Amino acid sequence: MSERELGRKLDRCLADGVIKLGTGLGLGIVFSVLFFKRHAWPISFGSGAGLGMAYANCQNDLRWHYLLHRNPKVALADETTQR
Amino acid sequence: GRRCCWLKTRPCRTGPGGGGGAAKVVAASLLSVGGGVGGTILYAQWDHKFRAAVEKNVPYSDSVFGLVLGPAPRDAGHPVRNQVSNSTDGELRRSKPGSSPCAMVILTSQTLVHVHALQRALSFSEHCDECHHVGSEAAHHGADSPAGPTEQLVERPAEEVSARLAQQDQDEQNVLAAVSSSLEESLACSARAALQAIGAQEAALQAINQHTQKLKEAMEAESPPEEKSVQWKDLEAALMDRTSAVTDATAALQKAKEALDGLRATINGSKDLKVAAVRPLVLAAEENLHQMVVDLDRVVAQVQSAEVESKIVSQYSDLVQEAKQQFQKEVSSLTPEIQANWKGLTGKLSTDDLNALIAHAHRRIDQLNRELAEQRVREQVHIDAALQQQKLEDQRVLERAVSSSLQHVKEEARLEQERKMNEVREVMEAEMRTQLRRQAAAHTDHVRDVLKVQEQELRAEAEQILSSKLLEQDTLHRQLTQEQLDSFTLDMNAAYARLKGVEEAIDSHLVAEDEARRAHQLWLSVEALNHTLKTAGTEEPSVPLDSAAQMVRDSCRQDDFASALAEALPAESLSRGVYGEASLRARFNSLRSLVLRVALIDESHNSLYQYFLSYLQAALLFEDQQAAPPTQLSSEDLDTFKLLSYASYCLEHGDLELAAKLVNQLKGESRRVVEDWLTEARLTLETRQVVSLLSAYANAVGLGTTQAP
Repeated sequence: MSERELGRKLDRCLADGVIKLGTGLGLGIVFSVLFFKRHAWPISFGSGAGLGMAYANCQNDLRWHYLLHRNPKVALADETTQR
Repeated sequence: GRRCCWLKTRPCRTGPGGGGGAAKVVAASLLSVGGGVGGTILYAQWDHKFRAAVEKNVPYSDSVFGLVLGPAPRDAGHPVRNQVSNSTDGELRRSKPGSSPCAMVILTSQTLVHVHALQRALSFSEHCDECHHVGSEAAHHGADSPAGPTEQLVERPAEEVSARLAQQDQDEQNVLAAVSSSLEESLACSARAALQAIGAQEAALQAINQHTQKLKEAMEAESPPEEKSVQWKDLEAALMDRTSAVTDATAALQKAKEALDGLRATINGSKDLKVAAVRPLVLAAEENLHQMVVDLDRVVAQVQSAEVESKIVSQYSDLVQEAKQQFQKEVSSLTPEIQANWKGLTGKLSTDDLNALIAHAHRRIDQLNRELAEQRVREQVHIDAALQQQKLEDQRVLERAVSSSLQHVKEEARLEQERKMNEVREVMEAEMRTQLRRQAAAHTDHVRDVLKVQEQELRAEAEQILSSKLLEQDTLHRQLTQEQLDSFTLDMNAAYARLKGVEEAIDSHLVAEDEARRAHQLWLSVEALNHTLKTAGTEEPSVPLDSAAQMVRDSCRQDDFASALAEALPAESLSRGVYGEASLRARFNSLRSLVLRVALIDESHNSLYQYFLSYLQAALLFEDQQAAPPTQLSSEDLDTFKLLSYASYCLEHGDLELAAKLVNQLKGESRRVVEDWLTEARLTLETRQVVSLLSAYANAVGLGTTQAP
């Protein structure tokens, strides 16, 4: 059903965002602790990077339908898998 | 150099100070612009195509060009084109001398005639042969045209002509007869009168001569006295005769003259009639008249000469008589007693008387001698006077004779001329008759030829008419027979057709029954299909319509329309079934909020930020839940919120079709969200349409079969 697609996309976005944020945060903490003498900035950097990646992914995912894709076969395959 | 500067947007030098630099920049730009404009104008003057292009592309450039260069030339003329026009002019000039011989032919015919008449008169040597022929033709045409009008006179019919000729002849004859009779009468009359006059004149002549003779005798003869008295008596008688004869002669002459005048008048009158046949008569009459006049004149002249003579003689006798009387008087005065006739008195006279007589005689002799001497002296003068008188007399007579003879000669000459003219006239008359005869012969030949030709033409025409009429009759006859045949065939066909009709009616009844059965079957199957549609639940689709559709297809194998419709059922509905309206309505209501939330998203606006804005809009905008759609959608009705409210309204009121149409107007992400619902709605609508068509068709067919065929 086409009306459920947005919901699915947003779910994915959210999940992806959580994962990436969490991953970024974690990595930031790790790097901060390990290499950067417990500065704050790697943590913010990591979380920001994670958030940013998640944002970018979400936007891309939502935009995906409106963009032209290079390989039609690949596009079709992706679409079917996404559905 | 200047052009590349013109194209640059910035000055190339970054040279000295700012203020000077600015001035330099301004100056350089002005120079370049001026140079560009000047160059454009100069090039436009040389190349007109460039000028036209610039005028087209740059506004107000045409007015600038017009000011500087003048108006644009008509053709985009290159120097090459001018050479071409020059060459054509040269060709034309070369061809002109060759046309002068032909120029003479081109002249009008009139001027041609004049020119060639002049040329012929002056005998020029240069002619073209064509002009000669054309000129001669023109001259012929000129000569023919006067003869033309005379040919147009209408020819009188032959009977009329002969009648006229006969009439003319008759008239001529009458006139001739009248004239001849009149002429003869007057001739006879005048001849009689003339003869009478001549006779009278001759008688007068005779009388005069006699009288003269007698007088002479009486004067000269010495005869005895008795004879003398007898002589005197005779003389008197002769005198009487003479006078009477002379009067008769003059009277007769007068009558003759009158008669001759009458004849002359008659002749002139008959001359005035101008009839040809009378001319010889007139001529003869004139000759007779002339002759009579001549005779009369001659006789009159004779009489006049005789009269002159007698006058002389009578004068002489008078003189003698006078002398005698004188003597007698003297004698009687001397001797009063003695009476006359003294010759007989021999014895009676006395001496005294005798002496007196002798003295008287001597005196008389002296006197007479004196007179004689005087006379001798004066005789020359008297002779001259007498000669003169005689000359005058002779002159008068001569003149009279000359004039009369002149008149006679003139008359004779005129008569000769008339005779000659008559001869010539007759000759001409004969000539003309021969020519006319010839012309008549030619005319009859021509008429014969024309008649022959006409006869042929008329024959051909008559034959043609005959053949056409025969053809007409033939076609008419054929037409009639064909008609009869056709009508018989028609009757036969009609009877056959009726038989066939009866057979067909029976067959059609059977067929109609069959049809009715089939229609009923179709109707039943369509009803079954309709029923299956109603099995759709709130959430699930209906039963697959395949079996029902198959039944419908089975029941309408012969019916193309119904089978086509049955084929038109969408495959999805057959395999999976269709959703009902209620489920669609519920679904729509559920996805309405979602659609509102993504109202702002489309191809160009689809970032996350837009999503956020769209969500915000959906949260903040309040629209009617349901609004009645207008009959015509305007552009502002195509807003998502409005469309959705219209669609809701339609759905609530059961109009799925209109709702689907309205939802179809959504664009962008909203459309994508609604796509599946739209597909389902379309499917449902399609199926329902087909089923309704089928049921309507089945009803119609069923109704149709109950009617009489």
